[in-house]
Amino acid sequence: MTPARSDFRIISDWIKPGSRVLDLGCGDGTLLDYLAQSKGASGYGLEIDDVRVGECMRRGVNIIQTDLDAGLSEFDAGSFDFVILSLTLQAVKYPDRLLREMLRVGTEGIVTFPNFGHWRARWQLGAHGRMPVSQALPHQWYDTPNIHLCTLHDFERLCAREAITILESQVVDHAHRQKLWLRLFPNLLGEIALYRFRRAELP
Amino acid sequence: MTPIPPDSVGLVTPARLRFSEPLALTSGGILADYELVYETYGELNSAASNAILVCHALSGSHHVAGYHSVSDKRPGWWEHHVGPGKSIDTDRFFVVACNNLGSCYGSTGPASPNPATGRPYGPDFPMVTVRDWVESQARLADHLGIARWAAVVGGSLGGMQALQWAIDYPERLGHAIIIAAAPKLTAQNIAFNEVARQAILTDPDFHDGRFYDHGTEPRRGLRIARMLGHITYLSEDIMREKFGRDIRGGKLNFDYQVAFEVESYLRHQADSFVGRFDANTYLLMTKALDYFDPAGATDGDLSAALAPVKADTLVLAFTSDWRFAPARSREIVKALHDNDLNVSYAEVTASHGHDAFLMPIPRYVDLLKSYMNRVLKDTRP
Repeated sequence: MTPARSDFRIISDWIKPGSRVLDLGCGDGTLLDYLAQSKGASGYGLEIDDVRVGECMRRGVNIIQTDLDAGLSEFDAGSFDFVILSLTLQAVKYPDRLLREMLRVGTEGIVTFPNFGHWRARWQLGAHGRMPVSQALPHQWYDTPNIHLCTLHDFERLCAREAITILESQVVDHAHRQKLWLRLFPNLLGEIALYRFRRAELP
Repeated sequence: MTPIPPDSVGLVTPARLRFSEPLALTSGGILADYELVYETYGELNSAASNAILVCHALSGSHHVAGYHSVSDKRPGWWEHHVGPGKSIDTDRFFVVACNNLGSCYGSTGPASPNPATGRPYGPDFPMVTVRDWVESQARLADHLGIARWAAVVGGSLGGMQALQWAIDYPERLGHAIIIAAAPKLTAQNIAFNEVARQAILTDPDFHDGRFYDHGTEPRRGLRIARMLGHITYLSEDIMREKFGRDIRGGKLNFDYQVAFEVESYLRHQADSFVGRFDANTYLLMTKALDYFDPAGATDGDLSAALAPVKADTLVLAFTSDWRFAPARSREIVKALHDNDLNVSYAEVTASHGHDAFLMPIPRYVDLLKSYMNRVLKDTRP
């Protein structure tokens, strides 16, 4: 019941009890399972990887094997209270389209991603002239699934362009811990960013 | 005879049950009196909460697992998945498999005597649909004291029965497990069925379905129908893998005897089918497939058709299945989540084509086993 990761606890705190949830790239289903237990949330996880789909099936969460890059067209508008994209935004082909899709099928979106603006990434690129490798971004440039890395500032600019209102945000370190100093300089010290957002009200 | 493996349900004996309450059929016809043949494996618990119904496909039967005699060469058609410790674990579940009405494996069908004439029904056997089968299976459940199935499971046409169960008797099943199925056939699928039927109907030995009276059967038509069916149950890849262009005897004879291995395979499949399958049953089963369309009653809106459903559902599809392609399974998945129902879906990579649902593919076995654990949890009070 106690989540191993504090980012899951932050997400859970953001979710209203009894919500309908769609978890995009749900991995082994831990988050969905936790949200079901902590918030009585129901819904589905989408995942493409065979092994992870198998883990979800063992865990007993509702798993639909699908390719996020093919879009969410099979879900009707307004089907969910929350659409979650946890540590997956950076691995999809069309992050901007997927954000739009999230707010078509859901009322609110929650996105978490590794912050490319973290000081260690800046240091590795700036001082060593090498693509950053860290605990949050463990892959080499040639074998990384992370094809659309961004910083907090980048994400916020995209939201502004897409008329998306950010409702809340948080940053945590690579062990998913919240620390006071992270809040002071999130784009420099935060390793994982978490955002809750919705479509801006039309004027 | 090799000894029966320890993970088999072992020797099984089919049971037979007569129903004298008339069954009103979708076609408007009535079966006044009929028999169902079925097999059961495992034990029904005291709460009667662990019963699983396995529905069979076009040429299947109630003989899902185990052996009828020690001299049987082959076990039941789903031996890979049903047995002690298997995905559908007979140590935990009470498994029921019923032979569908219209079949030729024991339940009342076209070859059974028509009480009105004392001669085989033949073409006078009424057309039966997936709904009719579900209705007859529900009566069997009543007889067995099963108010609610823990799950109704089936592949292909069997999966369609599981879906129909979820629609017709929402309160009578906890889970539906729908494997390599579709919410309705495509025009291409119906076309294949029509060619198969034409092969039978135009065989001079068919005698308008009264071939029993002539002491013959439309062997040629049934053989062609089966050969065509087998082509559509396999994928191009598995055919290339199994047969390629391999030539029997290593050289071409420039005649119309078997030259390629694939021809030999099809002829063998055809030969083993005639003699064990009835041509009228083949016609009926393919029609039941063609007619299946639960969304027909809701102007083609499958989500509306599935609105009564309460069961949790597992849908499985196989990548190389072009007869009931994964996209068709996804239509079922969409209609279920449109209704906010619990549904899981996985696509299993397999080269076997539609036949994959009969195979012991490790990932398939694992997924089914995992899901059956979820079914088991729900059987506990």
